[in-house]
Amino acid sequence: MFAYLTKRLIALCLSLAIASLVIFLVVEVAPGDPASYMLGINAQPDTIAALRSELGLDVPKHQRYLNWVGGMLVGDFGTSYTYRSPVSDMVADRLWISLPLAIMALCLSTIIAIPAGVLAASRRGKMADAGVMTATQLGVAIPNFWFAMLLVALFAIKLRWFPSGGFPGWDNPVKALIALTLPAVALALPQAAILTRVMRSSLIDILGEDFMRTARAKGLTRRQALWRHGLRNALIPVLTIIGLQFSFLLAGAIIIEQVFYLPGLGRLVFQSISQRDLIVVESVVMLLVFAVITVNFIVDLTYALADPRLRRSA
Amino acid sequence: MKRTTTETQPLLEIDTLSASIHSKTLLDQISIQISAGEIVALTGESGSGKSMTALAVMGLLPNQVDVDGGIRMDGQDLLTLSETEMCDIRGRDIGMVFQEPMTALNPVRTIGDQVAETIRVHTKASRSDALARAAEVLTRVGLPQDRFPLGRYPHELSGGQRQRVVIAMAIALRPRLLIADEPTTALDVTTQAQILDLLRDLSQTEGMAVMMITHDLAVVSDMADKIAVMKSGEIVEQAPTRQLFANMTHPYTRDLFEASRHQANMPDPIKAPALLQVQSVSCDYPLPRPHPFAKRPAFRAVRDVSFELQEGERVGLVGESGCGKSTLTRAILGLSETTTGTILFDGTPVFSHGHPNPDVQRQVQVVFQDPYGSFNPRHRVRRLITEPFHLLPNPPTGAARDSAIAKALSDVGLSPEDADKFPHAFSGGQRQRLAIARALIIRPKLIVFDEAVSALDVRVRAQILDLMAGLCRQYGLAYLFISHDLSVVRSITDRVLVMQRGEIVEQGATEQIFQSPTHTYTQSLIAAAPQLPELGDPNAA
Amino acid sequence: MNRNLIVGLVLTCLFIAAACVSFVWTPENTESMNISARLQPPDAVNWLGTDHFGRDLLSMVMVGARTSIAVALVAVGIGMGFGVPLGLAAAAAQGGMLDELISRLNDLIFAFPSLVIAILITAVFGAGAINAIIAIGVFNIPVFARLSRGAALSLWQREFILAARTAGKSATRISVEHILPNIANLLIVQGTIQFSLGILAEAGLSYVGLGAQPPLPSWGRMLADAQTMVSLAPHVAIVPGMAIVLMVLGLNLLGDGLRDALDPRLQVRRA
Repeated sequence: MFAYLTKRLIALCLSLAIASLVIFLVVEVAPGDPASYMLGINAQPDTIAALRSELGLDVPKHQRYLNWVGGMLVGDFGTSYTYRSPVSDMVADRLWISLPLAIMALCLSTIIAIPAGVLAASRRGKMADAGVMTATQLGVAIPNFWFAMLLVALFAIKLRWFPSGGFPGWDNPVKALIALTLPAVALALPQAAILTRVMRSSLIDILGEDFMRTARAKGLTRRQALWRHGLRNALIPVLTIIGLQFSFLLAGAIIIEQVFYLPGLGRLVFQSISQRDLIVVESVVMLLVFAVITVNFIVDLTYALADPRLRRSA
Repeated sequence: MKRTTTETQPLLEIDTLSASIHSKTLLDQISIQISAGEIVALTGESGSGKSMTALAVMGLLPNQVDVDGGIRMDGQDLLTLSETEMCDIRGRDIGMVFQEPMTALNPVRTIGDQVAETIRVHTKASRSDALARAAEVLTRVGLPQDRFPLGRYPHELSGGQRQRVVIAMAIALRPRLLIADEPTTALDVTTQAQILDLLRDLSQTEGMAVMMITHDLAVVSDMADKIAVMKSGEIVEQAPTRQLFANMTHPYTRDLFEASRHQANMPDPIKAPALLQVQSVSCDYPLPRPHPFAKRPAFRAVRDVSFELQEGERVGLVGESGCGKSTLTRAILGLSETTTGTILFDGTPVFSHGHPNPDVQRQVQVVFQDPYGSFNPRHRVRRLITEPFHLLPNPPTGAARDSAIAKALSDVGLSPEDADKFPHAFSGGQRQRLAIARALIIRPKLIVFDEAVSALDVRVRAQILDLMAGLCRQYGLAYLFISHDLSVVRSITDRVLVMQRGEIVEQGATEQIFQSPTHTYTQSLIAAAPQLPELGDPNAA
Repeated sequence: MNRNLIVGLVLTCLFIAAACVSFVWTPENTESMNISARLQPPDAVNWLGTDHFGRDLLSMVMVGARTSIAVALVAVGIGMGFGVPLGLAAAAAQGGMLDELISRLNDLIFAFPSLVIAILITAVFGAGAINAIIAIGVFNIPVFARLSRGAALSLWQREFILAARTAGKSATRISVEHILPNIANLLIVQGTIQFSLGILAEAGLSYVGLGAQPPLPSWGRMLADAQTMVSLAPHVAIVPGMAIVLMVLGLNLLGDGLRDALDPRLQVRRA
């Protein structure tokens, strides 16, 4: 277990290091100098130079990379070129929308998918299975932002049950949750469709295993065997997919935020891109990558808890 | 205490049981009776319906199977019971043990938990009572608590130990009937002997009726009270064991029996110079690092092995799983490098400068165990069996190639027209013939048979052994016969090497080793191997 | 026989045909605007109605199919072209340094939130179809590499590969001759799945304005344009949305159908 943990931890740090390097390089090669962009075309060369040194752009590239990474390690994400305010503050504000949204969507999709997958697998080939599978075929095919638009048209504009967009802030938690409901549903349903299919096929594989027959030979009913022996084994691959989905949900949240005009990380990224505020883009993307890699690391750990074979070996 | 002969009512009575799926007959009018304390064996080749009968008794046949007839236990017809009532009977009155112990246990739950589950499903025992009973049962099947605590997971146990856990699960509630479906087929001979002893002991001391399903007549010959021989869903012959061996009435039974102890008629060995020289060879396997900065540890699979094989000689290499014989085989075939020592063929190293030597590979061909995995399913026979031509500097083309293919196919008893078929058109035995044709086509001096008959039914196995003998006579081939099964090696080899934990512990002329083995391991192997009685021997059974 | 296969094939062919036909003919010119006839619901002239510039939606969908299919197809090509050889090489190296390196790289790319990076790439290098293709294609590489490595690894253990090795064939030759044909089915099925994911990703990118640029029509941007008009003229949002759904559904059904049709276990039964 200790060996497994250290191995995964080293992999985690390496991934983060390489990710930061890739992101830095991609942003570095971007055409255009932020300082001259901010000051406009008529700026004097010496004002540009002054701004460049103020923004820390005049030091060599490798130095800038180290400054950036070193800053992030102590929670300093640098200063926004456009707003001259600490990036960490801007990100923190936005994170309070994007993170709850992604988590709500993840919970929703898991809550829908696991029972649906179990139902389909245990009624394999019957009506319930066919129904679930047709629904998932559709769910997988629907782009979440379009689904979001349809939800807005129906529930916000026509029925007026939910606001069509915007975010009232967390001062009133009920209102805030209501504002996040439609976006979370839009994000969750297509993911739930994928997860349902994984759950179903994983459980069907397990149902064909020899130990399920052993369980039946002991006198367990089909249902008892499914719950006591099938589910926990079937959940192991499902966990991986849940981990991977977190990355899709974060990215999906960026697009869904556009549909609902939510001032989350996504909007911050798009604003910063259009203003060439690259330090913000860099930091937000790095933060998202960090979140995804960490979640996958946690999934690996739960994996080891769920599967005793991993605890000793590997 | 032997069975209670006074009892008139059998415990289990299978009465003209038939089963079919989509109007295809699986079982045809099967009738068997088993009394308490009696061991009844169901034997026959694969697909004869043995396991189907067992699953029918358990009520675990797939839903699409139509069943007809009666299965009475204590006079109660199991076929008329509801699924809920069957659940009560399974595990409590009938226990079942399966063939594959490696997969029969749930990998994510402890063995104690899984044994206790049988108890908790059927009784109101508390968790701690059930666990206490589980500990008792595990001790009973030979897994004492000081060495195998309840908290062990299946992956921490060997195959034989796992099979003991499965048996413990099956007998936890002292069922009156135990069904064992090929319980020892996946195990090594010495482990097999132990498990058979355990089953016999359980039957005797607990008075349990045992239905034992096996393809191996020898396994049941000295343990079953009664044997039923099955063929394509029918029982062709059924009699008390002693009587059956003394007087086989059905020709199929006789065929099975003859094939099981078939002796291929090999030509006399020719005295010739050494062909293959294995000189103090050791092979290491890299193991996973214990922690990321550790040096990668290695497992020595083969330790300082030396032997020679003469031209035209047939040598057997025997050992149980994990003894290193596969690793050694790979090294001889030039598929992997040896850690130390050299392997010479006709004086040339098999492996040099990081590559196998093509001149040697041309002389050494191989036939593998699995008749289904040995061929690329997408190629035709023509292409499959000519693959070794790749080793020739100038492979034959056109008519020469066609005649080589035709010759190889007719040598192994197939027809030249088979060249245009795909491998799935052939049966298991025919595929093994194809594999031999592929080995033969470039006229090697040595053929390595890697468990080449282990996956075959006895009658097919006998035919393949005869074919090997014939080819040996015809082409003066040398054979290296790798097997876990001593009895197969006996009829077809001149010399035997016995391997244990990476070392050759004994070698010598085959008959001499069988008559008077000197090493304790060889002795235990020979003692553990089940023996068929002589025909008509009154002391059989 | 296989219903999934037929429905999937019909839907997929329909869209591919529409995209091809659009090169030579569309019901109306997609570049001509007709403000007076804007936001018309479907009728006899404009079968699917018109958008906010009065352009014929059927023509727009046909031309948009071109963009979607081209982007997704090339992205799958990139994924297969790089991923499959890498996966085969890793499997052939069997635990060697090369295998380790390729597998770790794969894991790394997998760990990146793909759409976020796609957004970063298109944001930095500029929005456009080419950059969208690269951004989507790069994330297809590890998918195919991992799939072919996994499938090839289990094949390498099979006895027919051992037999080929004893016949002196090199790892490259075995990979091409024995491994590749036996994993082709898997690759084709995964290919259709990645194709459908590519369509979805392209739609997402062009919805946020980072995909194909005007005047080239694309389904994602049609949806972005429609967003403010959903309550006025629902068909403007429904038509391109349905186009995406049907195309993706078709590809997924095709993938499922192919998986069943190509399953060697089922083939043996038929033979």
